[in-house]
Amino acid sequence: MHYNTKAYRIFTICNYGFLFVAAVLCILPLIHILAVSLSGSSAAAGNLVRFIPIDFTLDAYDKTIGNENFIRSLMLSCSRVILGTLVSMGLMLCAAYPLSKTDKEFKGRKIYTWFFVFTMLFNGGLVPTYIIVTKLGLTDTMWALVLPHAINAFNMILLLNFFRTSVPKSLEEAAFIDGANHFQIFLRIYLPISVPAIATISLFTMVFHWNSWFDGLIYMTDASNYPLSTFLQTVIVQQDFTNMNVDAETLRNLSQRTVQAAQIFIAALPMLIVYPFIQRYFVKGIVLGAEKE
Amino acid sequence: MALRQPLPQEEQTSSLNDKQSRQFNKKKPVHPKPKKKKQKWNFKRTWQLHVLVLPAVIVALFFQYAPMGGLIMAFQDYKPWLGFLNSPWVGFQHFKTMFEYDDARQVIWNTLVISLLKIIFQVAVPLMFALLLNEVRKMAFKKSIQTIIYLPHFLSWVILGGILMDMLSPDGGLINQMLGFIGIDPIFFLGDNTWFRPTIIISDIWKETGFNTIVFLAAVTAVNPVLYEAAIMDGANRWKQTLYITIPAMLPIIIVVATLSLGNILNAGFDQIFNLYNPLVYQTGDIIDTYVYRVGLINGDFSYGTAVGLFKSVISFILVVIGYRLAYKYADYRIF
Repeated sequence: MHYNTKAYRIFTICNYGFLFVAAVLCILPLIHILAVSLSGSSAAAGNLVRFIPIDFTLDAYDKTIGNENFIRSLMLSCSRVILGTLVSMGLMLCAAYPLSKTDKEFKGRKIYTWFFVFTMLFNGGLVPTYIIVTKLGLTDTMWALVLPHAINAFNMILLLNFFRTSVPKSLEEAAFIDGANHFQIFLRIYLPISVPAIATISLFTMVFHWNSWFDGLIYMTDASNYPLSTFLQTVIVQQDFTNMNVDAETLRNLSQRTVQAAQIFIAALPMLIVYPFIQRYFVKGIVLGAEKE
Repeated sequence: MALRQPLPQEEQTSSLNDKQSRQFNKKKPVHPKPKKKKQKWNFKRTWQLHVLVLPAVIVALFFQYAPMGGLIMAFQDYKPWLGFLNSPWVGFQHFKTMFEYDDARQVIWNTLVISLLKIIFQVAVPLMFALLLNEVRKMAFKKSIQTIIYLPHFLSWVILGGILMDMLSPDGGLINQMLGFIGIDPIFFLGDNTWFRPTIIISDIWKETGFNTIVFLAAVTAVNPVLYEAAIMDGANRWKQTLYITIPAMLPIIIVVATLSLGNILNAGFDQIFNLYNPLVYQTGDIIDTYVYRVGLINGDFSYGTAVGLFKSVISFILVVIGYRLAYKYADYRIF
């Protein structure tokens, strides 16, 4: 009944309007950058482009694809995402299985759990981590980007909570009676049942690896080892070309506004593609994280 | 994001009941077991489990715990060629320096101001969004708004930094063009000490509001509909319902989010600041993390950088623990 009052109707209209404007504001910057990347370079340099490309051309994308520095860092990013996700998921799944047992089934579970949870609460900080990674001789290798972030205690808790709540205990017990050991139960029962959770957390891990840039900046001494995010960070954000050893022509291309926009858009593209898939899961993932014993 | 995922009301109660019933069972076992000789670790049956955790433990030892050991260099005058063992000890010298340096004090102050503002806005704005979204009856509209406002969370600050630098540029960036239409002179948002902090706060709201809304939205939908029905019978309009039912029902979640984010008060957002700042705005924008990076890794002052980092880690640790205690005490929040 109160839904029909005049005041509520006015509120509804304002509310819809406000939310619509807010949502549009969230994506306008992306549309702007896309429009710039698709415009002719003179129109972009003259600041004429708003949300619709002017002098439509794919020139900027041509130059970006033709730039071997960009392509190499793109490839490095792809391999980082694959390697990083495999290593990380492998380690976390193997650890989450034992930790999902009860204290009675697995003595020492508490100690292990706290061992990992403590890493969420306290860390050595930037400089000591940098020194350790350097001392291990990982500089300029992919491992420097993969191993320090391999274990994310929070994701591990999500996984173990999923194991705990969605694998039927009776199934496990039946398998034990049939003589299966822990390895078999982990591989044949837990993993297949947990595919949705594994997919979600893998996607989170992929997004993390695709987006991280800082470790590339500090652990790669040679700019030819930069993954894409780090490459863009130095070229577009810091505008620092000193490490790049590029000739004048490439430099001019790299600093053109349309080309920069194209590079930004290409780097954002995988997220825009993957996003609808994660979106479906992440609300669930968060509720999952909230589920307590 | 990682540490603040509160739980819907219902699950709390059910888990509590679970626990109670388990305790109850413990007291009166239905089938009392015959007393066996207790094997403390029972390796025979669980060695496989130990084997499975082992790789993760090793990796964590190397990359999480070894750096904690490396913190001793905060009390040394660490020289890379001497190593941890032979570098001379200087005690609390670096910490003293930190509190004597004007720029270090400035950095701590900047960190507190920026992150406190972020915390306030990142509780208030998502809460408002959740309440407004809750009033939307058209599901398709609600879903599409949600989908769009979550999106910026998944783009990195490198990408957003690139976009923002382009849009905020004082010579012809989109924002300044818009301001030009209404007769405002171009503003150098990222190079001006009065504008840098508002820019940081607003861009943070822009990026994270959608994502932070999820938690509140889950809490809004978990409110028992019977309460609303009763209120309608009593003649409460929508506004009164929000004021007297929705907001009180959400209070525990608000407390959890707010207390847990206090643990992050010394994290003002390294990625964002690092990608947006420049020497012009060090005065208002330089935070502990960016400072540690500059003095520790760029200037190579390893020990001093570590000392500042350690100061931050210790305070954060204490605050996180206090935050969890409070959240547990006042809102029954547990992390696992």
